[in-house]
Amino acid sequence: MTQRTLECSGLRKVFDDLVAVDDVGFHIDAGETYGLLGPNGAGKTTSISMISGLLMRDGGTVTVGGREMTTTSTDAKALLGLVPQDIAVYPDLTARENLTFFGRLYDMDGKTLKARADEVLEIIGLSDRADDRTEDFSGGMKRRLNIGIGLLHKPALLILDEPTVGVDPQSRNAILESVEHLSREGMAVLYTTHYMEEAERLCDRVGIIDHGQIKAEGTRRELVQMVGQHDRVRLETTGSVDAAVAALDALDGVAKSDGGDGSIELLVIEAGEHLTEILSVVTESGVAVSGVDIDEPNLESVFLHLTGRALRD
Amino acid sequence: MMRTTWIIARKDLRQRIRDRSALIVGILAPLGLAAIFSFVFNPISEFEFSADYVVVDEDGGPAARLFVDQVLGGLAASDDITVEELDTVDAARALVDVELDPFSDMETADAAFVIPAGFSSAVASPDEARLEVLASRGSSTAAGVAVAIAEQFAGEIQTARVAAATAEVLGAEGDRADTGFRALAIPSLASVVDAEATSKILDGTTFYAAGLAIFFLFFTVQFGVNGLLEERHAGTLPRLLAAPIPQAAIIGGKAITAFVLGVVSMVVLVAASTLMFGAEWGNPIGVFLLILAGIFSAIGIMGIVGAFAKTAEQAGLFSSIIAVVLGFLGGTFFPIGQAGGILSQLRFITPHAWFMQGLGDLAGGNVADVLPAVVALVVFGLVCGAASFYGVRKGLSR
Ligand SMILES: Nc1ncnc2c1ncn2[C@@H]1O[C@H](COP(=O)(O)OP(=O)(O)OP(=O)(O)O)[C@@H](O)[C@H]1O
Ligand SMILES: [Mg+2]
Repeated sequence: MTQRTLECSGLRKVFDDLVAVDDVGFHIDAGETYGLLGPNGAGKTTSISMISGLLMRDGGTVTVGGREMTTTSTDAKALLGLVPQDIAVYPDLTARENLTFFGRLYDMDGKTLKARADEVLEIIGLSDRADDRTEDFSGGMKRRLNIGIGLLHKPALLILDEPTVGVDPQSRNAILESVEHLSREGMAVLYTTHYMEEAERLCDRVGIIDHGQIKAEGTRRELVQMVGQHDRVRLETTGSVDAAVAALDALDGVAKSDGGDGSIELLVIEAGEHLTEILSVVTESGVAVSGVDIDEPNLESVFLHLTGRALRD
Repeated sequence: MMRTTWIIARKDLRQRIRDRSALIVGILAPLGLAAIFSFVFNPISEFEFSADYVVVDEDGGPAARLFVDQVLGGLAASDDITVEELDTVDAARALVDVELDPFSDMETADAAFVIPAGFSSAVASPDEARLEVLASRGSSTAAGVAVAIAEQFAGEIQTARVAAATAEVLGAEGDRADTGFRALAIPSLASVVDAEATSKILDGTTFYAAGLAIFFLFFTVQFGVNGLLEERHAGTLPRLLAAPIPQAAIIGGKAITAFVLGVVSMVVLVAASTLMFGAEWGNPIGVFLLILAGIFSAIGIMGIVGAFAKTAEQAGLFSSIIAVVLGFLGGTFFPIGQAGGILSQLRFITPHAWFMQGLGDLAGGNVADVLPAVVALVVFGLVCGAASFYGVRKGLSR
């Protein structure tokens, strides 16, 4: 087995009498993006803080690149890049000075550091503002710098804690694109969010976390199937649908079909795979289809199913 | 570890230079106040030598009268020197050896000459004759002049005695061939005895410059010490904690920042108050030792506040209260040492009092005299510094 970039298990943190994180565990391989999806107060930041060695844990183990992570293990920390949830840049320093300072803490220096800082400034689109103090930056620019600092030293594991909160759609897209890019380059990424769309777009695997516990974990598809969700398919039709509905009910993969006035509603497992078959059955029954609408279940509905609550209230 | 500590300190110093508040608190405010106080209490005057001496003649013999009437009488003819003859040594000592208040009009003397009984007959014989000088430590120049006067007189007597003894040898050959040796072997005539003065006192200008400097020092070091709370506020603390550096380097970086700010502010204040208002801080090495130790103690004490405060605002408030209370108790606003009673003893629970005491000791003595104060300040720094290091460390990754 190849070495996992991050492996954690049994993570536990108790604040006074509040169990903030309870038996959280997962792993991330190189080139993989793992999402922690959960609502406010679910325990995402607390988990991340233990994984990055900021916070003492009350239980569990963490290894990064095979090195055990504790609050004092500098060798494990060297492999990790952290993008904190709250913007963590010095307002009275320029963008470049911020990058340079943190780069030095990772043992970078001289020409290498300067070149890498320029590279990162390019990636986060701040090259033309490099020598301005960050206190004059917009929220989105600060967010981008916040991310830039985390990936300056090319960490094996990049941890991003809700990096797109309060960012306009354009900046958000730029951020998501750079994460995708880094992942393709082989970085392992841990991404927390309560935006379902971000998790769906970026993450190879997702852990759904609530009340400090991981309720379910897997690829989007796995999660959806785990809770027995089906794609909802709606066919716009002309003509009598009764025969078609009966024929559809007999089809493999179709869980339920309902005929309405000028339409047929179906619940299907893997609609994409069965769509041709469905359409031919319907046409054979003498019904003309004028439109198809497929609604795939998403993580939002999975979350709703698991917790009985919406992801965002 | 040292490299990282320095990287962090350099970053912090750059921030402090940019926001300028350290400059205001560390240099401009104390200097401005010192200027005001110094102007109010010491109207600027040109330096001129003046001395008030007393003399006690317990002998009354010819040699003693010679000294009192001819030597001292000659000096008293000048406008700048007064000489008063007193009856008892105790009366003289009372004038020399007092806890001086630089601002009172109380009569004091810079030095007392004491001519013990038997002085004249001792001069006339080969015995050792003693002429004592009680020097006030507070007025070193005038006291130094008094010692020089006594030594000069002793030298003249010695010359006279050697001449007399030589004449005797030449006049009565063989009889007393060893007289010359005896005369030459006469011990030094006048021994100068320092008064065991407790009066260690700074002049008004120096007092206010020093008091304000140490008072504001406790505010200045906060700009370094509270750096950790600022990191927390700026959200950058998680970044530092996630970086592959020892936590001690983070704390050390803040302490070094505080230290550098403290040294710069104190050195500038010493130099500026000396050049601009004529403050007399004393031996530079002694002053520097006191400054270093004082900064150390300030960092320790303010570090405790920083360790247990939750926010920078809270720390600022607590620190201000503590700095003012300690400054007041430590006698940086007025010479509380002269108040007597419990307050004058209680002040030694503050580093401020030790710092001021150290400067006083330095003014009246030499570099080694600052050591008790330096040791006391370092102990403050060590005890409080250890407590705050422990507290900060514990708070970092709760
Ligand atoms: N230092 C702390 N002291 C006490 N309780 C804390 C502390 N940090 C977090 N908590 C609590 O632990 C729980 C989990 O918080 P956490 O910040 O991990 O949630 P999160 O998933 O990151 O939420 P969000 O999406 O709002 O950032 C919350 O109930 C929070 O109030
Ligand atoms: Mg969070």
